[in-house]
Amino acid sequence: MSAAEQVRQYILENFLFSTDTSLLGLDESFLERGLIDSTGMLEVILFLEESFGVKVGDNEMVPENLDSVNRIAAFLERKKV
Amino acid sequence: MCGIAGILNLQSGAPVRTPELAAMLDPLASRGPDGRGTYLEEPEQLGLAHARLSIIDLAGGAQPIHNEDRSIWVVFNGEIFNYVELRAELEKAGHRFYTHTDTEVIVHLYEEHGLRFVEQLNGQFAIALWDKPQRRLVLARDRAGILPLFHARDGGRLVFASEVKSLLRGLSSRPQLNRAALDQVFTFWSTVGAATLFEGVEQLPPGHLLVAEDGRVRIERYWDWMFREPGDYRRGRVAELGRELHDLLLDATRIRLRADVPVGAYLSGGLDSTALVALMCEGGVKPNTFSLAFTDPGLDESEHQLAAAAHFGVNHRTIRVDTDHIRDGFVRTVWRAETPFLRCAPIPLMALSGLAHRSDCKVVMTGEGADEVFGGYDLFKEAKIRRFWARRPDSVWRPRLLQRLYPYLDITAARGQAYSEAFFGAGLAGVDSPFFAHEPRWKTTAQGKALFSQETRERINGQDPVAAFAGTLPAALGTWDPFNQAQYVEAKTLLAGYLLSTQGDRMLMANSVEGRFPYLDHRVIEFANALDPRLKMRVLNEKYLLKRALGPQLPPGIAARKKQPYRSPDSKAFEGEGMGFVEDALAESSVRRAGYFDPQRVQLLWRKVRAGRAVSYKDSMTFTGVLSTQVWHSLFVEGVTPGVLGK
Repeated sequence: MSAAEQVRQYILENFLFSTDTSLLGLDESFLERGLIDSTGMLEVILFLEESFGVKVGDNEMVPENLDSVNRIAAFLERKKV
Repeated sequence: MCGIAGILNLQSGAPVRTPELAAMLDPLASRGPDGRGTYLEEPEQLGLAHARLSIIDLAGGAQPIHNEDRSIWVVFNGEIFNYVELRAELEKAGHRFYTHTDTEVIVHLYEEHGLRFVEQLNGQFAIALWDKPQRRLVLARDRAGILPLFHARDGGRLVFASEVKSLLRGLSSRPQLNRAALDQVFTFWSTVGAATLFEGVEQLPPGHLLVAEDGRVRIERYWDWMFREPGDYRRGRVAELGRELHDLLLDATRIRLRADVPVGAYLSGGLDSTALVALMCEGGVKPNTFSLAFTDPGLDESEHQLAAAAHFGVNHRTIRVDTDHIRDGFVRTVWRAETPFLRCAPIPLMALSGLAHRSDCKVVMTGEGADEVFGGYDLFKEAKIRRFWARRPDSVWRPRLLQRLYPYLDITAARGQAYSEAFFGAGLAGVDSPFFAHEPRWKTTAQGKALFSQETRERINGQDPVAAFAGTLPAALGTWDPFNQAQYVEAKTLLAGYLLSTQGDRMLMANSVEGRFPYLDHRVIEFANALDPRLKMRVLNEKYLLKRALGPQLPPGIAARKKQPYRSPDSKAFEGEGMGFVEDALAESSVRRAGYFDPQRVQLLWRKVRAGRAVSYKDSMTFTGVLSTQVWHSLFVEGVTPGVLGK
């Protein structure tokens, strides 16, 4: 499963309590949908660190990196480099 | 379940007499109200005694039980759930049975496998087996520590029993409090390992055998909670592992339905007990269910219990507990538990087993163990968040995740560090310690030691219970994931020492009710211990795989419900004046006479409680610990009977 799909599945299960992928587009903004609050975002970061072995600094906790499934997937890709 | 007792003359001790055994059985009446039996080995070198709660083979199950040629004898407290399969194998091997009990498989298994017989047993047990030809006594205790077994040496004899109050009848000396054990209680909430509150009395640790032969006694471990190293976890898709776990739990439940009396269930309204009722229904049994409700709405879960009972269509009964129950049941609870406790939570559980007993229910399934086996406690979650923070200790954002656990904490970015120091005293250092998860709780609990008397401090003499416990950890522990290390520590401290005994067996047996624990089936534990810990707690979603395995069978909302820890009223029950036994137990003269605590400090704490000012968790724990220790002293050292003290 791709990183984007893993992230989408996690967010669906834990914030939308569903496995229906049609409920969350890959480019949908979490902020605009009011889907994830600030502690929820920390939970997502814990998920990323636990599942992908990355470390996320405070300066990286910005919407450009984390505000949609695809942004997170791209961020993970950049972290690998 | 039942009660067992016995005496072995190890080295030139006095001959064992039947009246001694009978006297040891008297205090076990509530464990075994349905019958008594003894076996005396000529020439009076060994005696086994048994008080029976009849559950399997009601007519023919009297103990002691022997093998074909009467050379192996056993008394046994508990259940061997896989006895049907074991019996079939043993009969195939030529063994002849004279009862339909689970007990009888023990003697034949021992003939087949010697000391390794215990590895074949799936159950909860405290066993005393006498091998006449070898002149060998074997004591065995189940893997998780569901059933108790105590022993002591006295004048060349080995004396053992299911409860200390029975054991004391076989000893010549008066009981004294073991101060190092008290120090353990005021650290871990219970004693650990072999220690008990009684000087000179030990418990056989869970998963151990005691073997006495040729005048010597040795203790051997036969099982332990062992985890896998990262990289060696069980592989498989989540859905497949979930199905496997479901089937395993269904079988663990199915074999625990084996009984010649109806099996009921405790229903707390949370995931674990609700899932057990679902599994029982799936196994074809609609159990009668029993619940605790509290008049304090902050503690009460009735709404969820009633919804679950309605969902399954079971006959449901509830007992509502208030602060009067806590006061009225306090002395009897100390008497049954035989140890001080720092929370009043055992007391309502005695009321609950009373409800089951009055409803003619002798056996109940309970969900204990799921939080330990599948990582359900907030303590595991808190440690995970603190580790997350410790990876970037200078982060101003990371501590905010603590608000997931403690929504009332105002952890603004600027104040994060201050909160770290104030609330999570172990701080972020020590992430490599196996006690990283537990140290904050232990440090909070240990603050109650400020009330220890000078004499207690001197007798403890600087021994550190945490360091002593650290010395008992297995060498492999350092190779395990920190989550698994915390699970191991939890299993060895709170589970065996408190939840299964003070809050478990002792409160059940006070009303002659047997508990059965499918989540503690050793196959379930071993399955879970082989898993990647991320399947137990996925990010902060506790018991993830368990929810995947059992969620579809549960009433809507149960799996997604935020975990509510079981709590009961504590020091609040002792606000106000005129508390009878409390006044007596905490009087300055009583505290001075017992000698464990500083009388003036106890008075100050007592004044604070009476005035309703002891609202903190720490004060409440300390008060409950001091009061239960004082009551313990009156009951066991001074010999006051519970009925008199409770007035």
